Amino acid sequence: MTTGAVASVVPKSHASRWPVFGWFAFLFLIASQITAIAISPPDRDMGDLQKIMYVHVPAAWMTMLSPLAVLYFGLRYLWTRREEDDLLAASSAEVATTFAGLTLALGMIWARPTWGVWWTWDARLTSMLVLFLMLAGYLALRALIDERERRAQWSAVVGVLGALNVPIVYMSVRWWRTIHQIQSSPETVDRAYVVGLRLNAFAMLFVMIYFVRRRYEAALLERMAERAIERAALGQGAAR
Amino acid sequence: MSWRREWRRARAIAWKDLRTERRSKAGFSSVTVLAVTILVLFGFALGPDASVGRDAAPGVIWLAVLFAGVLAFNRCYQIELDGGSLEQLILYPGTRRAIFAGKLLANFVFVALMLLVVVFAGIVLFQVRIPSSWPALVGILAAGTIGLVTLGTFYAAMASRSRAREVLLPLLLFPMLVPVLLAAMEATKALLGGNVMGDAGAWTRLLVAFDVIFLVATFLAFEFVIEV
Repeated sequence: MTTGAVASVVPKSHASRWPVFGWFAFLFLIASQITAIAISPPDRDMGDLQKIMYVHVPAAWMTMLSPLAVLYFGLRYLWTRREEDDLLAASSAEVATTFAGLTLALGMIWARPTWGVWWTWDARLTSMLVLFLMLAGYLALRALIDERERRAQWSAVVGVLGALNVPIVYMSVRWWRTIHQIQSSPETVDRAYVVGLRLNAFAMLFVMIYFVRRRYEAALLERMAERAIERAALGQGAAR
Repeated sequence: MSWRREWRRARAIAWKDLRTERRSKAGFSSVTVLAVTILVLFGFALGPDASVGRDAAPGVIWLAVLFAGVLAFNRCYQIELDGGSLEQLILYPGTRRAIFAGKLLANFVFVALMLLVVVFAGIVLFQVRIPSSWPALVGILAAGTIGLVTLGTFYAAMASRSRAREVLLPLLLFPMLVPVLLAAMEATKALLGGNVMGDAGAWTRLLVAFDVIFLVATFLAFEFVIEV
């Protein structure tokens, strides 16, 4: 397979305005981080450790959104059978796995000095971990199936069922915890922190959309390369 | 009445699977022995303290059944694939849901019988006191088995037809089973602990709700899984 054959089938239109959006997303993220860190005073108990929240909390929020994307694109694939929807669902799941991992890692780094432990079986922590594992299973399914149509159809079904299971897992874990241990009441948060969190939530959303888009474009290019190889193998020539 | 015909198809498939199992015998007995072995190994992990074992027994019993059950779920499609008969099964008249219902029924009988052995072994090994309300325990065990078997049979339909099915099935199934397992374990634990707080009823209702949700979801989704 020569690189020239791939390049010839890749339309230039895919390199549209998305890099501009990427620049915007990252600059917005940097600006939001600086703003949030600048306007919020050090926390009374946590000190500057609290700043980790500006990545951790928005990342967690965006991770909780991601099952909706997998659900939406999965259902749309089952409805339309368009390959693009399958690739979009897969891209969303991949990015969601990264964000879930980031959320868990940052949460642990924060929990160790604050709570004195790396991990506790809190409802939110536990359901985030289960979500991470479900996403990992989804990606493993995709990696282990070679036939394109079967992979698309099965991962759509697994994605839809997994997304439906997210609230069920959360509720059951919460109930499991409340029976054993009194839940901590949600702390009242100062306005300075709220502004920082909201700004960064939008920043994370933009970054996430950008990542999903880029991952999707990469998947599209891979598919085109595969098709080109198939065509070349069938002797019809790679160039159209 | 088409429902009755579907039910007859499902029953025929379940009967065929169970007959295959009964004739080979090796399948059921080896899976059950494996489950009991897992119980014993958990016993080593927990140590010889009777009260620790008694507290952990409900969780340990469910996990032993889960780990051994995974083998049973893959088996029920593997037999079809080995014989090259899955395509024919799909080509038969009637909906694909009847195939799922049949496999589900056969797996339920298989796992329920295994669970029976494991529960008795667990009661003996971990010195569990059988509660006076044991019919409720039977209900909890049945509801837990339905949840386990529903998701297990569903995901095995995919995993058994992929590469590395031994890894893929647990990877897909275990996180999905978290609510069912939690509810089953907690209901069993509450009942064996004398149901002091009345938790057993609440957890059982939750377990039945999960069963219904997953039964409906998997029946709707099975068509998409089996046709490719």
